[in-house]
Amino acid sequence: MSEVSQLIEALSVEEVDAIEAEITHLPDRESAAIEAMRIVQEKRGWISDESLRAIARLLGMPTEALDSIATFYNLIFRKPVGRHVLMLCDSVSCYVMGCDKVRTAVCDQLGVEMGETTPDGRFTLLPIVCLGACDRAPVMIIDEELITHLSADSIPDILSGFD
Amino acid sequence: MITLSTKPLTERVEAVGGLVDMAAYENAGGYEAARQAITKSEPEAVQGLVKDADLRGRGGAGFPTGVKWGFVPKGDAAGPGHKYLVCNADEMEPGTFKDRYLMEMDPHLLIEGMLIAAFAIGADKAYIFLRGEYHESFKRLSSALADATEKGYVGRNVFGSDFSVDLVIHRSGGRYICGEETALLNALEGKRGQPRTKPPFPPASGAWGRPTIVNNVETLCNVPGILSNGVDWFRDLGIGNDSGTKLYGVSGRVNRPGLWELPIGTTIREIIEEHAGGMQEGYKLRGILPGGASTDFLTVEHLDLPMDYGSIQAAGSRMGTGTMILMDDSVCPVAISINLQHFFAQESCGFCTPCREGLPWLEQLLIDIEEGRGQPGDLELLDGNAAFIGAPGNTFCLHATGAMEPLLSALRYFREDFEAHIESGGCPYRERGH
Repeated sequence: MSEVSQLIEALSVEEVDAIEAEITHLPDRESAAIEAMRIVQEKRGWISDESLRAIARLLGMPTEALDSIATFYNLIFRKPVGRHVLMLCDSVSCYVMGCDKVRTAVCDQLGVEMGETTPDGRFTLLPIVCLGACDRAPVMIIDEELITHLSADSIPDILSGFD
Repeated sequence: MITLSTKPLTERVEAVGGLVDMAAYENAGGYEAARQAITKSEPEAVQGLVKDADLRGRGGAGFPTGVKWGFVPKGDAAGPGHKYLVCNADEMEPGTFKDRYLMEMDPHLLIEGMLIAAFAIGADKAYIFLRGEYHESFKRLSSALADATEKGYVGRNVFGSDFSVDLVIHRSGGRYICGEETALLNALEGKRGQPRTKPPFPPASGAWGRPTIVNNVETLCNVPGILSNGVDWFRDLGIGNDSGTKLYGVSGRVNRPGLWELPIGTTIREIIEEHAGGMQEGYKLRGILPGGASTDFLTVEHLDLPMDYGSIQAAGSRMGTGTMILMDDSVCPVAISINLQHFFAQESCGFCTPCREGLPWLEQLLIDIEEGRGQPGDLELLDGNAAFIGAPGNTFCLHATGAMEPLLSALRYFREDFEAHIESGGCPYRERGH
């Protein structure tokens, strides 16, 4: 099998096309590193070693260099995540408005701690820094949905909306 | 006589009652300022207007925007290649929620501001460096950008002129340090978001080593109004020494947390008591972080200060982003300091030792005090180390300096609370059930 077809096998044609489209806005291929990882993560949920190697090859850079970039950023996941990623803001406005109680309610409801994934693969819980909705604190984001005005009591209903 | 706006940033949103689309934006005179500038004016003239208007950076540092634009080399001095305009839309300062509002409600205002700025500095490439978690902002900006491109306002030969500019949205991988402009440029280049040595400063050598201007969202959104309504109008909008309006915000235990466009220089008291509706019943105000997590605490004695660059600085803090966080009397000053230092320790890029090692060490000492393991002498240890880590020049960038602002000021204003933790061997607030 040729190198190119191996590459296409690790990444989908759509992913390669989307990454190449990003590269057209940039002066060199390596500059698309973060966008490329975001594109691959969008469908797959995380960046596996295999994905990492394929992206590095596509961008013409060492895999280790790409990994050092991947591990720098909060939103690039190098471990598998659940079907839904729940990111609960723990910054100062949400703290003042009681996000500790919300976190306890989320962890109790799902039976896992922050940083863990539920055994059924439904949720990964992560802390996140200020989500810029401080006038509606406490807040969290599940996948791409911002959920505001949280209280411990509202958590069971909110979580039941995500299969 | 036409009455000129007193709310150039938010008036269209209020008139429409939601998202201002292309039709609504153009009905309100949108894109005329950019059209006039690009087809009839010169870059130097536009720079001159923004400089004379005394528009200062709304991201936190308050640097005069027109002066910054003037640092970009002109003509042959710039050498061959692109010049870049980068909009810093990486809103991540805890307690700050103003740029999200502008991007989600009036995205064309930002695009028009960027067109004018790009023209003024001669940039042919422009990027919006967007907070990765701002999904709604991304959708609305992308849609507005597609509409503007379709109309010929962005891309080749803008408004039929010989000026061309590409505008691209880059979604960040997420790190607070990317708000620092040289870290942002590394991140834009696809690298780890570590700050660069300065000088050279970005206007001389920025993105991919080329002349680059980095401006905040709110700063750029002020530009179209200055061109439409004039320098005198903009200068007269402010109450004190500063020009224009400011998006002020309040979060915490107030009756109406929110965001308001007010004359720059409005007092803290008016913002909290009139606009935010005062403190909720049962809660008393104790501390104010005036412009995000990296600004020094102020207290009730500072309520009558105008929220402008000079007044807040004279009181020992910074206006920062202008979105204030209120600490009420149910919140333990030691516990909130742990929360703040946890944030800064986690978001340190790890490049230099005092920041990477010092911030977690300070956080741990605060945890010890909060949990009843404080020792006599711990406060002096905090004072000394916080002053050392916070002194500009002891760390590579200003991340740790910003981190120490709320800690040093908490140690000053709420010292009796810190002392009580050590003396009683625990947190008096927890014992009271908070």
